[in-house]
Amino acid sequence: MKTESRLEKVLKSGHFAVTAECGPPKGADAAVLEEKGKFLLGRVDAVNVTDNQTAIVRMSSLAASTILKGLGHEPVLQMVTRDRNRIALQSDLFGAYALGIRNVLCLTGDHHCFGNQKEAVGVFDLDSIQLVHTVRSMRDKGQIIGGEPIQVPPKMFIGAAENPFADPVGWRVVRLAKKVEAGVDFIQTQCIYNLDRFAEFMRQAVDMGLTEKVSILAGITPLKGVGMARYMANKVAGMDVPEDLIKRLSGVPKEKQADEGIKIAVETIRKVREIKGVAGVHLMAIEWEHKVPEILKAAGLDKRPEV
Amino acid sequence: MIVAELKEIPEIRKMIDRYSSILVVGCDSCVAECAAGGQRETMLLAAALRLSYAKDNLNPVITDTCLDRQCVDDFIDRIANLVPDHEVMLSLGCGAGVQALARVYQDKPIIPALDTLFIGETEMRGVWQENCLGCGKCKLGHFGAVCPVTRCSKKLMNGPCGGSKDGRCEVRPDIPCGWDMIIKRLDTLGELDRLNEFVPPVDWSTSHSGGPRRVIREDQKP
Repeated sequence: MKTESRLEKVLKSGHFAVTAECGPPKGADAAVLEEKGKFLLGRVDAVNVTDNQTAIVRMSSLAASTILKGLGHEPVLQMVTRDRNRIALQSDLFGAYALGIRNVLCLTGDHHCFGNQKEAVGVFDLDSIQLVHTVRSMRDKGQIIGGEPIQVPPKMFIGAAENPFADPVGWRVVRLAKKVEAGVDFIQTQCIYNLDRFAEFMRQAVDMGLTEKVSILAGITPLKGVGMARYMANKVAGMDVPEDLIKRLSGVPKEKQADEGIKIAVETIRKVREIKGVAGVHLMAIEWEHKVPEILKAAGLDKRPEV
Repeated sequence: MIVAELKEIPEIRKMIDRYSSILVVGCDSCVAECAAGGQRETMLLAAALRLSYAKDNLNPVITDTCLDRQCVDDFIDRIANLVPDHEVMLSLGCGAGVQALARVYQDKPIIPALDTLFIGETEMRGVWQENCLGCGKCKLGHFGAVCPVTRCSKKLMNGPCGGSKDGRCEVRPDIPCGWDMIIKRLDTLGELDRLNEFVPPVDWSTSHSGGPRRVIREDQKP
């Protein structure tokens, strides 16, 4: 074991891992996290705490992770390089570890033009792969960028995202290989709707021997209805929502579409479990955390292993 | 070259209305190439201002002149005879031209008429493309002569982000994905192997993050 992360233990002992996303509130109310978190407690192996997702100002992921940890969760601290330079990122890693956080997900982040602070300066001092490399050097070499030694290194279990559906297609797995080389321990993918393309991505990853070195968790986002499906297909960067899925949702009455979305999510979980190299699922039930227990139960994943 | 755009007349007027004599100074280099501040644009702006003031029954003295280069003292000196007769200079140079005028004519207010945008190239008449941020450590040799610092909206160094679709940037569909361009170009050259290597964090100290930069070449000094 490289770290004291529960997620690492689950993955290393060969269990099919389950993680879920918990977005911090647009405000300073800790009770929101308690409310959202109660649906996830004991039902998932770790909870991803998003970092100002889609560049919208929210409670900091470090603060929200700490609050969730206090409520008994195992947080995965998401960190985007969009908003903070290497000084702030490394300093937050020290702080996070000191506060008992053992997992970090290294991201570049959506461009700030999508959020509610379009006039902001985008920092992008590091890219996500450079952040992975930085955390790995801090943990394994006990060094910050530039080589200065750290007295107590933050021993983080290191994650990153990968999008099998973005272009150029042939490049996605090469980028995954770079993340593995940089020192990533686990990957959570973009929401999967196009199973064929995901299967092809996994086949390439298995062929290149990447799944021996990194645990890949398949990203699942239940669709709430045909409106959301269309929005995801047309407006969200890097999404691949096939037309037949949109047709399937539009074929059911409006009040039944949410149930159909959940059904699709459960089917997707069952299908990705069959794909070689998939080590777990990552549920991104955007503002729908209360539906996670139902989805996991239907997918036969409601019992979490003792590790 | 430096690409710039003319400000709107009301914005310019807000800054110069307090003066009664205005020397409009163009620059016949970069900003002429991008049709923002050359001889023609200088004349047109002076005419537009006269018209705008006439509508308000105002009649300030407006003289226009154009320098070959507004960022070089030898050229700036050539308007020395016109300067004393005007209260203010309205510059159609880039930001460097504006500041050069201010350095040479220290007792004159200098007002910019242009918004200086970027270092770019003329793709065709009427289309200018940003492709250099002047970061001070050129990495183009590594990336097939397509700059990730400028052409990637997130300045990524290790490959495209998850938002690239059909060769387009997530920021706006009219922006080509810089990384798509890098990969295609290196593929054409048979040099994709350049991208397998991990690119460590960039040293931004050679960019503006290191403070204002200055080049001193002893061999070039008089």
